Amino acid sequence: MEVDIKKIDAILEEHGLEKRWLIPSLLAIQNTYNYLPPEAMQRVSERMQVPMIQVYQVASFYKAFSMEPRGKHIVTVCMGTACHVRGAERLVDQVGRVIGIKPGETSTDYQFTLETVNCLGTCALGPVMVVDGKYYGNMNASKVDRVLNRYMKREGEAHG
Amino acid sequence: MAKPLPTEAQELEKRRQELQNQPSRPAIRICGGTGCLALGSDEVAAAFETALNEQGVEANIELKTTGCPGFCEQGPLLVIHPHRILYTHVKPKDAAEIVAKTVVKGEIIERLLYEDPRTGERIAHEQEVPFYKLQKRILLKDSGVIDPRKLEDYLAVGGYRALHKALFEMSPEDIIEEVKKSGLRGRGGAGFPTAVKWELCRKSPGKPKYIICNADEGDPGAFQDRGLIEGNPHSILEGMIIGAYAIGAEEGFVYIRNEYPLAVELISLAVKQAKEAGLLGKNILGSGFDFDITIQLGAGAFVCGEETALMASIEGRPGEPHARPPYPAESGLWGKPTNINNTKTWAWVPHIVKNGGDWFAQMGTEKSKGTTIFSVVGKIKNTGLVEVPMGISLRSLIEDIGGGASNGKKLKAVQTGGPSGGCIPESLWHLPVDYDSLKEAGSMMGSGGMIVMDERTCMVDMARYFLNFSKFESCGKCVACREGVRRMYEILDYITRGYGQEGDIELLEEMGEAIKIGALCGLGQTAPNPVLTTIRYFREEYEAHIREKKCPAGVCKSLITYYIVAENCPGCGLCARYCAEHAITGEKGKPYVIDPQICGRCGVCMDVCNFNAVVVE
Repeated sequence: MEVDIKKIDAILEEHGLEKRWLIPSLLAIQNTYNYLPPEAMQRVSERMQVPMIQVYQVASFYKAFSMEPRGKHIVTVCMGTACHVRGAERLVDQVGRVIGIKPGETSTDYQFTLETVNCLGTCALGPVMVVDGKYYGNMNASKVDRVLNRYMKREGEAHG
Repeated sequence: MAKPLPTEAQELEKRRQELQNQPSRPAIRICGGTGCLALGSDEVAAAFETALNEQGVEANIELKTTGCPGFCEQGPLLVIHPHRILYTHVKPKDAAEIVAKTVVKGEIIERLLYEDPRTGERIAHEQEVPFYKLQKRILLKDSGVIDPRKLEDYLAVGGYRALHKALFEMSPEDIIEEVKKSGLRGRGGAGFPTAVKWELCRKSPGKPKYIICNADEGDPGAFQDRGLIEGNPHSILEGMIIGAYAIGAEEGFVYIRNEYPLAVELISLAVKQAKEAGLLGKNILGSGFDFDITIQLGAGAFVCGEETALMASIEGRPGEPHARPPYPAESGLWGKPTNINNTKTWAWVPHIVKNGGDWFAQMGTEKSKGTTIFSVVGKIKNTGLVEVPMGISLRSLIEDIGGGASNGKKLKAVQTGGPSGGCIPESLWHLPVDYDSLKEAGSMMGSGGMIVMDERTCMVDMARYFLNFSKFESCGKCVACREGVRRMYEILDYITRGYGQEGDIELLEEMGEAIKIGALCGLGQTAPNPVLTTIRYFREEYEAHIREKKCPAGVCKSLITYYIVAENCPGCGLCARYCAEHAITGEKGKPYVIDPQICGRCGVCMDVCNFNAVVVE
């Protein structure tokens, strides 16, 4: 995706140019591009007058940020304690098997990124996974197939 | 509400009366919290809108999407007022029938009622369900009743009455005195007396002063703050405004996790509404007091729950903690006096101002006052969010409210306090839930997550899990945490893979004690707790892993074998279809067999088997 400098400037202006708005601005940029493009980080550094190394430091410290392009669909599996005791590890294995990638990876066609998170706070429904912001509770192997198939099918239809 | 609220006490009360006196109509309340949403409650709400419309009764019935009433396991939840008929596991296709029968005619639909797993009895009303009956809901009272998107709803239940009282009838010192009298201790887990913190910050020289609401609820297994914010966001703002007035602060922050999108949306909306209504900003309610709140998002760093790291994050830096002193009360955000409290602590403030410190102090135990919110989750029947008086026994909480084991297995421990806490064995469940008893047992109150474990949970694996968490979340600043926790994790990982050696347990104990002393912040200092408590109470499980190379709970992959019990297997072949390693073979209609040489020990076969034919040893 091409980075539109005007769009980055708009995000920065909306938040403010003091250093305290660095993290919210980066989050907003990531929401737009699904990751932090290097050109965008450079622009943030210039406009906020924060050295690039500090922008990089923040982007690499916080786990919400990705400096690699991510897939169209983000699959997040919760690894919180409650999910763990109810089989989150098996869930993440199964999801990985269905979409063919490991946690932290993006499929080569950029359709899926598989991520793990340390707790989503929906512990009562563990194990839980989230696809593109939609929560799926009480997951098991057969439900994983059904849910993920929906997202794959949508892809197929769009291309077909 | 675009209009500012009236500032005169009488006028404000009149407005409240108007809101309360609206003709009472039957109301359908659907939980719109993240938990029920995950189970499809948004689709249920849409189905009700259609059903009400089709049956031509939408004018007489109020349809409300509320925050989380707490009984997440039974979601999507639906409560029909005024009689509070509770329907559980409601699906969109039930909407038309519920409207026609229950809402219009008052008939109860048996199949949607909650069934008490102990007695098999179906219970019609929310207030009669044991899960709710044993609770004392004060902070959560209005969650599940009011629409968190409406300031009017909060006003109608008496919201911002305490603020008015604080601003016009009390001096800042009076408020601090009242909080002191209440004995309120910080709800973030450490339990520091709130009034002492406030007083320090108030007396500290330097301007401006800041206050922060710590809603960076990172403990895995805890979701009280999320529930409270999604259910009643204005109650937190009201507490913060009162606190700011007492401390003399001009600006406040709500630091909230990015992983809670709905809570972020609702608290942001509440701040916007409060500004429009004149409850935030300049000259609040005409009192001459100025105060504003900014919402600040976390970006996925557990360590930011630690106050000094949190402040670094608000300043736009990586969330690395620094040594205390100086404490935030002297030198906090941008070097100015700052007061940080947990979400639930702030939410208590309006109640204490309204009802007095003595009212609060009569609840709970001698040293732990009031009620507390727990998320009771794991291998029990009634998982969810509960509010109970301090001092209730663990057993009562887990068995009476939590409903006991979910699958007939024997419960063996409860984990409290997240990665900083420990595992308390079933033999100690007579202990009262309060700050000091839990600490004595080697765990801590923490922010209130309670994960119940049964005989199928391996305690060594649990310890490994938490250390993996702390290792991953360590900011890397101090050696004790960065290196020490990693080494402890490696030893545990070896043990779970069958490479444990004699002396490992003692080494873990020694390292744990050293890290507790040596680490810079709370994350590192408490990281060994899960290991130390599991060794203390479940040493024999460690020994089984090390000496016999066995995992008694059947969890650690390297030490277990899956097999199929021929008598139970009807030969449906489902397991073979799901087996990624193609380790399961057989003929339709005849018992299948797992080849242990090929088996990857993922356990999917056990998950999918409908006949309990797959077992592990």
